[in-house]
Formats: sequence, structure tokens, C-alpha cells
Amino acid sequence: MSDRTMNTSSTVGHRAQAFGQWLARTSIRRIIGMTLTLLLLLGAAVFFVGPFYWLFLTAVKPKDQLFTIPLVWWPREFVWENFYILWFTKAPFGSYLLNTVKITGINIIGQTLSASIVAYGFARGRFWGKDAWFVVLLATMMIPAQVTLIPLFVIFRNLGWLDSIYPLIVPGFFGGGAYFIFLLRQFFMTLPIELEEAARMDGATTMRILLTIYLPLSVPALTAVAVFAFMHHWNDFFGPLLYLNRRANWTLTLGLAALQDPQIVDYNERMAGAFLVSLPCLVVFFMAQRFFTEGVVMSGLKG
Amino acid sequence: METQVSPQLATSADRAKRRARRQNLEGYALISPWLLGFFLFTAGPMIASFVFSFTHWDIVGKMSFIGIANYRRAFTEDRFFVQSLGNTLYYVGGSVPLRIAFALGLALLLNRGVPGLRFFRTIFYLPSVTSMVAMAVLWQWVLQPRTGLVNVLLASVGIQGPAWLSSPVWAKPALIVVGLEYIGPQMIIFLAGLKGIPEQLYEAAELDGAGTWAKFLHVTLPMLSPTLFFNLVTSVISAFQVFTFVYILGSQMGHGPMNSLLMYAIYLYEQAFRIMKMGYASALAWVLFVIILVLSLLQLRFSSWVYYEGGAA
Repeated sequence: MSDRTMNTSSTVGHRAQAFGQWLARTSIRRIIGMTLTLLLLLGAAVFFVGPFYWLFLTAVKPKDQLFTIPLVWWPREFVWENFYILWFTKAPFGSYLLNTVKITGINIIGQTLSASIVAYGFARGRFWGKDAWFVVLLATMMIPAQVTLIPLFVIFRNLGWLDSIYPLIVPGFFGGGAYFIFLLRQFFMTLPIELEEAARMDGATTMRILLTIYLPLSVPALTAVAVFAFMHHWNDFFGPLLYLNRRANWTLTLGLAALQDPQIVDYNERMAGAFLVSLPCLVVFFMAQRFFTEGVVMSGLKG
Repeated sequence: METQVSPQLATSADRAKRRARRQNLEGYALISPWLLGFFLFTAGPMIASFVFSFTHWDIVGKMSFIGIANYRRAFTEDRFFVQSLGNTLYYVGGSVPLRIAFALGLALLLNRGVPGLRFFRTIFYLPSVTSMVAMAVLWQWVLQPRTGLVNVLLASVGIQGPAWLSSPVWAKPALIVVGLEYIGPQMIIFLAGLKGIPEQLYEAAELDGAGTWAKFLHVTLPMLSPTLFFNLVTSVISAFQVFTFVYILGSQMGHGPMNSLLMYAIYLYEQAFRIMKMGYASALAWVLFVIILVLSLLQLRFSSWVYYEGGAA
């Protein structure tokens, strides 16, 4: 009802005709209701989008227009230099970017791969204790991070991994996290079991079945996992805060958070920084938003 | 244990046993990454932090066993513990109901079939994918007392806005309102739940003469209750751990006016990594865990209002 897909070959005339027919069918009461709904939604949209617009606006304003009253909603001049100044002169954002890309990229690969393997085990495996271990898996999603925080720090310290990216990338290869395992398991279970049975009759090994049958068929779910992993690690603040000390090792989030002193960095440059750091996520989000909504649904309702 | 059987004695039962053993091996091999990670990064550390909580340790020196002194100190002597817990409870109590209500409200609006569903869905999800650091930086700017967007807008209608993040009274409410931007995932889950409600139920209700409000109360809410329960439990758990946003705000102003923004996770972090009191921080972590566990179990215990269509959960 809500996601009406229009016939792509409709002409404007057809659409107008359909709209006219809809209009004739629908009561005044319903039209008023829809209009009201739309107004409320638009109002909410202002709350959600407004800050972003303000962020961008502040980023491109010249410094003297920052504190003006009345507010300037559309700047007379666009100071694109703010982006340049921030990125290249105020702090080593190039290094921050490199570190962030490394951490994010490695995790995407590691988490997607290991979550697939584990999820396949939970989806199609037949081993003693499977259901019990699955309950344990789900239970771990409810454990607050604080409870494992300190011993993990101690472990990584003893391994000599402090001030490096290892604590941030190695855990990703151990299953990738309960959330992704859960999501992929649910998806795998929807694939017809006949495929696997046929392959086994042809003598295929388990790994081969996973790699050549399940993974290719799971591209939507795997993409969802990759996108979620991207978002999580690109925006991760606490992990880098804990394990990255030297400025050269910092990620974008740490770099952005450190721009505090108004004497060194102006507000509009700070906003420019915030905008730049957010940009990749926004781009990825717009391209992949379909996966977001479906991925969240997949894991949120079942089980 | 089975030993070698001569070919003429191999029965199908033996083959089945061998197959079962092979499947066990394979299954465990498949989940071994997670299993290993579970013991290394979850179960092991949990036990370790429990042990730490009974010690005094600054990570470089010796670890000394001090019994329940950490717990006693927290509950009887440490006013920051009490304050941070109070602040966090305030935040949880304020943000969880508001966010659920807001997410549900938006989902209901979106479900009414207005044009532009996908557009609105994207818009509402937008802040959730943005770096929280960026959002904190932005909102710090927007909530500036005199020159920030919010107060300037208020001034244009004659209201003098408070010094939001600098005011002991308004700091936490401001935090809660900003948190309302993060209802994206919850809203999506509600939307999916709403789509799962069969149309016939509404039609049957209408036949019985139910109006909009009655339909909502007696069809929508009950059918949505598993989703509501899920969102409730998960948002309580995550609200207790609020950190990043408050940390960014805090770097400019300590813990907020009169420590009103000192949240539990912040206090714990500082005890562990600023003051290097690993033992005390571990005790704080376990107190948090127990609180969350108890609350989750209580929610489960009093969940008879949740209606499961197919029977068991």
C-alpha cells in the first residue's frame, strides 16, 4: 500500500489520469488525513535534516558571518576554502583518513568472511549443542561493553598491541560479531535446502557448498553486513580512543573530536571537518539504503 | 569407542555414527572462529573483570586482593558513583520512552500510505549513519547560549532560551532531545512490524464499529507488542551505556554544569583509564551489568502484555 511502484513506462498523462481516478474515489476526510500526515512528516523531516543543512551552511560561511543575527540562511559567498584549510593545514587529516580506511576495510573483509562461515555453521550444521551455543550467541548481544573492556585492554597491552590498529581489527576475524552472524544465519536458512542436498550427492565438501552456492546467493545479505560494518568502523570513536595514542595513528573521529580550541580552529572549519568526516557514510548510505532497511528488519524480528 | 570394524560387520548404524561424528566435527569447525572469540574476548574477560573487581590494581604495579572494598566504596562513600548512576537513570528514563514513542509515531505516520515513503524513511535514518562525533560537534554549536541556532530561533519569537548545555537543569533534557534524532533503526523495525499486521484484523474491527483510536489500541498495539518489547529491551541496554556524545561535549566543559552530564560509562572510563583504578572500574562495570541484567529480567517477567501470534517467543 505504501510503496506504490509506478509503471516505469507510464507517461505523464497516465499518471495524471491515475491520480484523477484516485482523487475521485477518495473521500475528503481521507485527503485531509493524508495532508495532515504529510505535514507532520515534513515537520519531523525538518528536525532531522535541519541540523545537516546547518552543518553544511556553517562550514561554507565566511568567518565573520558565523555569529550574525538575524540568521543567514543562504550565504552570499561560499567559502570552500574552509574545507581545504582544515584538511591540509590544521591537522593531519590525510593520515587520519588512511588509518580509518585501513581499519574499516580490513574489518569489512574479516567480518563478512568469518560471519559467513559461522552463520553457515549455525544455519545448516548438525552438531551436538548447536541450539545451546546459538542461545549463548544471542545472549552475548546483551552484555554491556564495559564488562569486558578492562581485561581486553590488559590482554592487548600484554600483547604489545597498544597504540596500533591490531586491537581494532583482529577481533573482527573471530566471527565478526553476534549481530552479523545472526543476520546471515537467518538469511541462509531461507535458502532452499535442496541445493545443498543436490551438491552433496555430487560429492561437494561443506566449504565448497558455502563458497560456490550459499555466498553467491547471499549477495544482498552480505552487502548489508558490509555496509553495516563500514558504518560502524568508520564512525567508531571508543575503540580508537582506547587503543590509538599517537596522533599519527588516529582515525578521523579522533581527529575531529580533538578540534576543540577555538583559538586554533574556527567553528566553521570545525563544521567543515564534521561534514567531510560524515560525507563517505552519507554517500554509502544513499547508495545502499535499501539494504539498511531490509537488513535491520531481518535481524530485528526473527527469533 | 568404536574401533576398526571388518567390512562384513559394518552396519548402517555404524555409518550413521560415523556420519554424526563427522557432522559434529564439521559443525564445530565452522563455528570455531566465533567459539574461540567467545572464550578469548567475551567469557574470559568477563571472568577476569569479575576477579579484578575484588582487587586494587593500577595496571603497572602489583594487584592486591581487597575483598568487597570496591563495592563498599561505591555504594557508601563515592558520591560521584551515586551521581553518575542518577544521571544515567535520568537519561534512560527520559530517552527510552520518548524515543520509542517518537519512533512508533513516525512509523505509524509512514505506514498510512502517503507519497514519498522512501524519501522520508531515508531522511529519518540519516542521523543514525552519521558519525556521532560529527553530530556532537554540530549540536554543541547549535545549542550555544546566545549565538546557537536554537536560541536565535527562540529569540525571534520572543523566548529567551536557556544556556542548554551549560545549565544544570537543561543539560540532560537537551541531551535527550538530541537523542531523538537516532530513532532510525527503531522506526524501521516498527515499520516492518506494522506491515506484518494482517489487514483482516482491521476490517474485522471496523465491522465491530471500532474507530481509529480503538483500532490502534486493540489491533495495532497488541500485534506490535513483540516488536515493542524488543525495542524496549534493546534501547534500555544501550541507553545505559551512553558515552560518545557526552564525552565530546565533556571535553569542552568537563562533566557538564555541576556534573550533570557525568554519565556512568564516562565515570567508569575515567576511573579505568585516567586514574588507572582498574579494580574499582571493574567493580563499577559489574554493578552496571547486574543493573542491566535485573532490568532485562524484570521486563521479561512482566511481559505478559506481549502477544505472540504463533505461540511461544
